[in-house]
Amino acid sequence: MIGKIIRTGLLAGLIAFGGQALAIDTEAAFDDPVLQHRYEAINRELRCLVCQNQTIADSNATLAQDLRREVREMIAAGKTDDEIRDFMIERYGDFVLYRPRMTAQNFLLWAAPALLLLIAAVVLVRVVRRRAQDSDIEADGPEAGQS
Amino acid sequence: MLKYGIPLVLCLALGVFLFVGLQRDPRYVPSPLIGKPAPEFTLPSLQDANYPVSSKELLGQPWVLNVWGTWCAGCRQEHDTLLAIARQKAVPLIGLNWKDDNVAAQRWLQQLGNPYAVVAEDREGRTAIDWGVYGAPETFLIGPDGTVLYKHIAPMTMEVWNAEFLPRIEAARAAKGSQS
Repeated sequence: MIGKIIRTGLLAGLIAFGGQALAIDTEAAFDDPVLQHRYEAINRELRCLVCQNQTIADSNATLAQDLRREVREMIAAGKTDDEIRDFMIERYGDFVLYRPRMTAQNFLLWAAPALLLLIAAVVLVRVVRRRAQDSDIEADGPEAGQS
Repeated sequence: MLKYGIPLVLCLALGVFLFVGLQRDPRYVPSPLIGKPAPEFTLPSLQDANYPVSSKELLGQPWVLNVWGTWCAGCRQEHDTLLAIARQKAVPLIGLNWKDDNVAAQRWLQQLGNPYAVVAEDREGRTAIDWGVYGAPETFLIGPDGTVLYKHIAPMTMEVWNAEFLPRIEAARAAKGSQS
């Protein structure tokens, strides 16, 4: 009984995660688990441009296969992750990255959350101060603070 | 007035941005190669593997690189336009046969006509990656100094050729003429 549960659990685990371990390749690209991990990690960050909402780790389009081959060969040749990313950006532009870099063009986008928070804080402080002033000057009526 | 004015203006501005965003084609990815030196390649010719096709030989004149394959429907669609462009003899039209079967590609050219001055065979797709190709057909215009001047991603049409390619070819020729 317990054996059956364990077996079922293992099978479910295999179905759920087995595919992810090897991504889409039929066999591991590297014998070395460290290199294999780097290979899979970088594949998951690169966009397959023909099948735009997939990474090259997800897609079996010929372009994705070719790009995985390039990544594999660059890792084997001892290139760093940054060098591999730069190789892709030079050819396909920033859009190839699923984790975008900060550049001059998209700086505003990166800064937007902080800027909005700052604006909200300024507005909040001014509103609170004005209400505090209003309630100081006026008598404590039910309309106090509303302008 | 100001109390409602500012949020209203912000809302409208956001609406305009989103509306413009809707009109843009997400399949079109601008090439980072524009204005940069064209990646060099030396590949076997499709018709004769012993005859290499090298991008270096094309320096000194504007030329066009068309990426195609027999598996690509858009390439079939643009083929007649390419034949018409080739008849103009404005620039050398170089083919890059991308991840294709040699026999099928040669048959394609025999049956439909050959618009290319020469076709380089990129069986493994490495040159295509160097050029940032992601979906055939793609057509590049390269200047006399070897820089990429323009890239069109989609089947070529006479409208695109006349509006985007010919003026740039003439400008490149004029610039080169004034230098020498």
